Amino acid sequence: MPEIKPANLQLDRISMTFELPDGNSIEALKNISLNLAEGEIISVLGPSGCGKTTLLNIIAGFLAPTNGQVILKGQQVTGPSPERGMVFQQGALFEWMTVRKNIGFGPAMKGVPAARIKEAVDELLEIVGLHDYGEKAVYELSGGMQQRVALARCLANDPDVILMDEPLGALDALTREKMQGLILKLWKETGKTIILITHAVEEALLIGKRLLVMAPRPGHIHKEYRLPFADLGVGSDLREIKKHADFNPKREEILSMIWEMEEEIMGRKE
Amino acid sequence: MLILILYISIFILAYVIYKAIARFTVSKIGFNARKTVTFGDESAVTSNRTASIISIIAIFLIWGAFTGSKTTPVHVPGPFVGETSFVYTATNPENLTAEARVHIRVGVMGQDFKTPKVPDKGQTGFARDDALKVYAWRSGLIRVQNNDEGGRVEGYRITAVDGKPIAPKQSVEVENGVVNMTEKGSLMFVPYAGWQMEPIWLPAPESVIARLVEIFFDGYQNVTLAENIGWSLFRVFMGFALGSLIGIPLGYAMGLNDWFRGWFDPIVEFMRPVPPLALIPLVIIWFGIWEKGKISLLFLAALWIMTISARAGVSGVNIAKVHAAYSLGASKFQILMHVIMPNSLPEIFTGARVAMGVCWGTVVAAELVAAEKGAGKMIIAASKFQQTDIVIMGIIMIGVIGFGIDILMRMAEKVIVPWKGKS
Repeated sequence: MPEIKPANLQLDRISMTFELPDGNSIEALKNISLNLAEGEIISVLGPSGCGKTTLLNIIAGFLAPTNGQVILKGQQVTGPSPERGMVFQQGALFEWMTVRKNIGFGPAMKGVPAARIKEAVDELLEIVGLHDYGEKAVYELSGGMQQRVALARCLANDPDVILMDEPLGALDALTREKMQGLILKLWKETGKTIILITHAVEEALLIGKRLLVMAPRPGHIHKEYRLPFADLGVGSDLREIKKHADFNPKREEILSMIWEMEEEIMGRKE
Repeated sequence: MLILILYISIFILAYVIYKAIARFTVSKIGFNARKTVTFGDESAVTSNRTASIISIIAIFLIWGAFTGSKTTPVHVPGPFVGETSFVYTATNPENLTAEARVHIRVGVMGQDFKTPKVPDKGQTGFARDDALKVYAWRSGLIRVQNNDEGGRVEGYRITAVDGKPIAPKQSVEVENGVVNMTEKGSLMFVPYAGWQMEPIWLPAPESVIARLVEIFFDGYQNVTLAENIGWSLFRVFMGFALGSLIGIPLGYAMGLNDWFRGWFDPIVEFMRPVPPLALIPLVIIWFGIWEKGKISLLFLAALWIMTISARAGVSGVNIAKVHAAYSLGASKFQILMHVIMPNSLPEIFTGARVAMGVCWGTVVAAELVAAEKGAGKMIIAASKFQQTDIVIMGIIMIGVIGFGIDILMRMAEKVIVPWKGKS
């Protein structure tokens, strides 16, 4: 098991404005501040266009915010780095490599000796339940298996923070539930700080120990919840968690909140 | 026109017969067998092997039938070959008439045969028998009055052929041909040509094959077939290799850097639609007609295609892959080597297939213009001597090799980029 590293991720009044060529500008994010302790798991929810992905890209270092800064362990984030691993919705695996090569990509780029990579990859294949698939081509795997590879590839680099951009969005309901369990298991076992972006309310409730609901125009944090379900869910049947007395009321509350936002967007458009 | 109608009838006939037989014999195996909707379902329309085979047979059948080939059982009527004759009636200035016969022998070009002998007996009037030697598909001119008694006197004329009246610029049908009278009163015999093609237009399949064997072993104009084709292939590979060597890095640079993109975009976009053949004159002026010129031409033909495909390969990379690689700690160089290059391989292969096809076409055309050796040079030299069989053989060889190159490229593609179209 990779050792647990201290991580303290700080978002300091982040704003993002895109200047358009026609002179207009779009305010995508406004004054977002957030503190994450090491080992925290947080889910971010919001209607489409609320800037969740923009926010994640800023944390990953793919975008530079117009104002504010991202600080990880006291260091300001200026670009992508292996300490902030990322799992994408789909299509981010390298088809020209086997599953094993995909998972070992990060260490290989750092020049880790092949024997050590093999050891680490073997362990990760075991963890994500793909021990027989190491030599397969990634395009031979199902969508769920591909996301397992993506998770393992991210973990192989031993990042401080794992950023997930709707990693389960393209999966069917059954696979999705299994993968939610896997994410919780990985979180507990590795103690990584995880930020999960999703548009599925149930998923956000199940996985996020903290849950941020974002609102659009400009994107800002609308409400924050602290939830018990992630801790309860580790190692247990997620369907049982959904029967928890608090689960459904929370789900309804958040759903109607997002529903209202969507209505407002639609209304403004007309 | 006749051939087209014949071809269409064979097409329809074969289809009808096949469907009639297929109803009982074709297996119901596979996902398509139970489909009720196939019209418009692209996946249900696969190439019918039987149709392909019949199609090829039909082409050879028609080819053979219209060239009198020994390999085909049926032929359209061929030209008349052998002995024939017609009778002409001459009228002298005194309005007396006499008849004489023209003995004709029709033979095949390239074979030795003699003018027929005129029998001595039975020549009663002042007209005398004549003899004529004619080649099939050609015509023979004869002044029959030249050896007639008093035939050179003014007023002496031919008035009928085989009993049918004839005058200058008129024709009379005789056995195995037509007799035309020229303006000056001479007779011209045109033997019946039939429907078959003259070998000079289209030789029979077996003579093309015979030529192939002959040239394969003995060469043509002291150059063997392997040498001719080898030179063409050498030029193609050299031009393609040089074009790729410059084009692929240039395409990468254009895909990765805005200055390169902006700088070369106008050049590439202008040069891309210029057909390589249009560059031949300029290339000849600049580099001469020999190897330097040809390889430069093929280099230019391959260059833009490879540049554009490499650029498209870079542009086509999913940004998530690049982001993933960066957040896994890869450097720019590592991303180029491990993400952008493999990701662009399928596009580059597609480009390479196109480029090889274009180069092959261009090299043949360039050799038509000027070359010492090469597939194109062989057929242009043969056409100058009207050796149609060599021309056709050369065209078939060029087609087979072009097809072979494409097959090889596709096989290489399957081995090198197995993930193509699967992401």
